[in-house]
Amino acid sequence: MSNRVKQRMVAARLLQALPILVLATFIVFCLMQLIPGDVAVTLAGENASMERIEQIREAYGLNQPFLVQYGQWLGHAVRGELGASLLSGEPVAQTIARTFPNTLLIAVYAVLLSVLVGVPLGILAATRSGSPLDSTIMGAASLGVAVPNFWFGMILVLFLALGLQWFPATGFVSPTEDFSGALWYATLPALALCTNGIAEVARQLRGSLVEIQSSQHVRTLHAKGLSPARILWKHGLKNVSVNLLTVIGLLFNKILAATVVVEAVFAIPGIGSSIVNAVLQGDFPVVQGAVLAMVVTVILVNLCTDLACTVLDPRIHA
Amino acid sequence: MAHDEQSPQPLLAVRDLNIAFVHPGGETAITRDVSFTVGAGERVGVVGESGCGKTVTGLSLLGLLPKRTARVRGEILFQGRDLLKMPARELRRLRGREISMIFQEPMSALDPVFTIGEQLCETLRAHYPVSRKEARERAIAALEEVGIPSPHLRLDDYPYQFSGGMRQRVMIAMALICRPKLVIADEPTTALDVTVQAQIIDLLRELSDTTGTALLFITHDLGVVAETCSRLLTMYAGEVVESAPVDTVLRRPAHPYSSGLLRSLPGLSERGGRLPSIPGRVPAPDNMPAGCRFQARCPHAADGCEQGQSLRTLEADRLARCWRSAELTLPGAVTP
Repeated sequence: MSNRVKQRMVAARLLQALPILVLATFIVFCLMQLIPGDVAVTLAGENASMERIEQIREAYGLNQPFLVQYGQWLGHAVRGELGASLLSGEPVAQTIARTFPNTLLIAVYAVLLSVLVGVPLGILAATRSGSPLDSTIMGAASLGVAVPNFWFGMILVLFLALGLQWFPATGFVSPTEDFSGALWYATLPALALCTNGIAEVARQLRGSLVEIQSSQHVRTLHAKGLSPARILWKHGLKNVSVNLLTVIGLLFNKILAATVVVEAVFAIPGIGSSIVNAVLQGDFPVVQGAVLAMVVTVILVNLCTDLACTVLDPRIHA
Repeated sequence: MAHDEQSPQPLLAVRDLNIAFVHPGGETAITRDVSFTVGAGERVGVVGESGCGKTVTGLSLLGLLPKRTARVRGEILFQGRDLLKMPARELRRLRGREISMIFQEPMSALDPVFTIGEQLCETLRAHYPVSRKEARERAIAALEEVGIPSPHLRLDDYPYQFSGGMRQRVMIAMALICRPKLVIADEPTTALDVTVQAQIIDLLRELSDTTGTALLFITHDLGVVAETCSRLLTMYAGEVVESAPVDTVLRRPAHPYSSGLLRSLPGLSERGGRLPSIPGRVPAPDNMPAGCRFQARCPHAADGCEQGQSLRTLEADRLARCWRSAELTLPGAVTP
């Protein structure tokens, strides 16, 4: 595919992303209205008079119809102003910059672990399909898909942190300050997050490899006298690479969503925990900004995955 | 093209090939005691209805049947060596170099994510220590040989950029690039347009003539065999029922099944009348009758057909699995 076509594809995909961004933030904004509690009451503090609460509502525009409130937020967001937290006054952009790298670190760490462990397991199971080893790997993978990551996270804390004391139980070091320390702190959360990922990658890879190996064009390769190893590593892997890449892309998105819970288990100051806190307190600018950051990330990951797929499979066009 | 049948060692000699598939319920026999030979440079046609075991026989010659489920017994002697007893590594060295195969579906037989140039070159480089550059030149020559226009440009195209007929030409180029002694063509034209079919058949015949490659032509199209091959094997329900020179079979077939197949050929039978067909169906592999497997559909069935039938020699190169073949005068496709 020519570069021109590729550029046009990227531009089209980014344009398509705009309505998704608006829709996602709008839905979250609507959901916020359904949550009980009033941020104005929280801000005014206990025993505040009705007039004081009303004053605060006035000051923050909370007395306006919610469509107007959303419209105002959107108007500012388009100009790059995400506003500030209603409670702490910290600019939302700063909150994102402070917390998102932490979340990205454990998410990327977990995806890398999933691929590094899941791919060899998948290949091993596929090349010995039908053997006891294959059944064992696939059985373990089914279990891995089923295990909830927050539960597994707590088990990890119990054994590896409290029992063996290999890793810290909770807490976090910012990757921008001390990268190796950050990795050490991020290992347990990433392990908790990657079990599903390993299982998913191994199962999908095994499935598509087994399918490819029984396909007619692989039969042709055998008929040409190629060795099984060459057929697997050259033809098999390139044929399943699009599948694998799609799985990894989806996995990243899933793991990004799962960080919300895992950050709570490990007390990590990530974007997931800021969303949870902001939702509980009705701090809508923070929620909106954080959701926006997450959605943009997911869209970019999907775009990169699709671009990589067009490189790997000549039949895919934009 | 007539080849000496009695030559001391044929290129390929298949003896008592029994292929069965194992499944949880037991074993299903697909072929029984299939025996035939192919001489060097000879073109042999294998015909029969779908499910008669001809494709499975073809695949078994290269050891391409699924190892876990297929049980293959008998002998497959290629230049005197039994392929069934050969270590996997040695068999691999023969595949694509000495014996190669052309498949039915050109649309799915090529790897979709590699260029056809790469797929041609890797075949050559799997067997011969040639440089990339040299392999590329040989690939261009191979494409030229099968009639692909501007081969040096098409080399870097992917299979999806070719039409069905062109892909089959690529498959043929790939099968012939190492100059094998035997090519097994399994219904190479079935998936193609009628106009393209004729071109591909002509191409195969021409290339087999110029390169001296023997051809085992598996098809259900008797017309193709009549045009291309010197000898015809008829298979029915997993058995070879007749083996004879094509000219002889066309005029006077020795087995009622061959005769039925020939008479149901449009164009070759009498004009104007209703095209004759063979009544009934092939018995299922796990429900074979004792004795002649064709008896239920045979217009010449008589007492004695329930006995086991062996392949009888009628003349030097004419064999038939029918005890009545000497007394019957069966109609063929060409009236003498």
